[in-house]
Amino acid sequence: MNENQNIPAIEMRGVNVAAMRDASFAVVEDLNWSVAAGEFWVVAGQEHSGKSDLLMLAAGLMSPTRGIYKLFGNDTKTYGEAELAERLRVGFISQGGHLFNQLTVAENVALPLRYQKNYTAAEAEREVQALLELMELTPLAEVTPSNMAANWRQRAALARALILKPEVLLLDNPLAGLGARHLQWWLRFVDQLSRGHEQLKPMTLVVTADDLRPWQNARRKFALLRDKKFIPLGTWSELESANNPIVKELLAAQLETTL
Amino acid sequence: MFRRAPLPKSYTDFLGRKFFLFLLTVQGLGAFALITLGVILHKNNVARNVIRPRIRQEVARAGVALLPMFGFVALALGFLVVGQTVSALAKVGAISYLGSTMVIVVVRELGPLLAAVLVLARVGMANVIELGTARALGEVEALEALGIDPVHYLIVPRVIGMALGIFALTVYLILGALGSGYLFAFLQDVPMTPGDYFRQITEALGWLDFALLALKTIAFGFFIATVTCYHGLAQPLRLEDVSRVAVRAVTQGIIVCVLIDALFIILYLLA
Repeated sequence: MNENQNIPAIEMRGVNVAAMRDASFAVVEDLNWSVAAGEFWVVAGQEHSGKSDLLMLAAGLMSPTRGIYKLFGNDTKTYGEAELAERLRVGFISQGGHLFNQLTVAENVALPLRYQKNYTAAEAEREVQALLELMELTPLAEVTPSNMAANWRQRAALARALILKPEVLLLDNPLAGLGARHLQWWLRFVDQLSRGHEQLKPMTLVVTADDLRPWQNARRKFALLRDKKFIPLGTWSELESANNPIVKELLAAQLETTL
Repeated sequence: MFRRAPLPKSYTDFLGRKFFLFLLTVQGLGAFALITLGVILHKNNVARNVIRPRIRQEVARAGVALLPMFGFVALALGFLVVGQTVSALAKVGAISYLGSTMVIVVVRELGPLLAAVLVLARVGMANVIELGTARALGEVEALEALGIDPVHYLIVPRVIGMALGIFALTVYLILGALGSGYLFAFLQDVPMTPGDYFRQITEALGWLDFALLALKTIAFGFFIATVTCYHGLAQPLRLEDVSRVAVRAVTQGIIVCVLIDALFIILYLLA
């Protein structure tokens, strides 16, 4: 194992996370967290608990108001043009996907590739078509987001993030509002991303969730955001055997009503 | 001894607040214009295969697509202003002033200003709504997450497209207005051949008119795009704010156009 593999993909020491809309308000305080390469983390929390803000910070889109944040071992306060290549090793999908409404699905997916590599539309087409096919989006390639169901928009946003082949993928509440069929597809596909796929290398994954239950898996690590604190919960077996009231609440599937 | 009564506190508060808001707006617009200019110069070669087609799209939107409307406006301007001016000058025997009058009225003032205001109303308004909606829907944050500079991708094509569009449309508007103006004068039996009419105009035109016309129209385009994009993009918006911000942007756009026009009048007077 070479030295680079021992460096955590994401490392936070004593970090305060500010709210996106109000930088003076801390949503998470004194956060200590290390995400090793290849790990799969699931971070649960109630609405407005700071899940999205935490992922924005982890993606290098916001700076911590306090503490040390390292991406692939590099302690960078702000990510400008010079550090862009480093930042693009992390893919981020916000809740709802936020596709560009003026562009078709294929154009949305091609845009990051074309912009970062200065490809023409024709040069990007082969990679885009392959990814759309992998994600069962080919029939919707020429459809604009406003003419698609939210389930498919979320999937197209995932395709757009994957086109740059990131090493770390951050998904903000990807299962929110999905129908049962799409939910199953997401759980299966995200698991493939974590393990590796014939077209994609294994990725480090961090997802946020309102409910931990769909993410049950022995290989994953779990954490909770509550009262501005980041509480690591361990693996699923540790979570189940823990004599922690919060965990019991989570396992009793009462997260939204009790937190 | 007479002493001026103090102004009501609330009134001074109101004026003070408005003044500081004005200064903040000027500061914000100035900073945004400088950032945009910096990105245009610094990222000239970045993602050309993405940005250049977008610039062409914007030229089409702020230029080519407006040609029919400008054709109609040129015709109306010729009939309403140029034709009447020619016929009035002929009646008072001042037809020898035709060239300089046309250059001042149409080439220096009415043509560029009218073109700028029409593009502001048609395309500037659309800019604010599109960008404001994109901002409110989180598309700008999505661009940043993908490593795409929102100023480069969203603003630069609009600024360049609008600058080129207003320049080209002004030229068409002036040519159309002068042509249709003569047509109107001809219908009124003004004793002047087309050769005399256009010779007088070309003789009254100097190189400075061409240079300042180009500069002025490009400045109109740059600043209209900057003002409208600033209001659409620079601050986080909610969807319900978009229409209010659009009205404010158009108002400020008109003020900026008048200020630029005043600046160019001073330049003409100094030259």
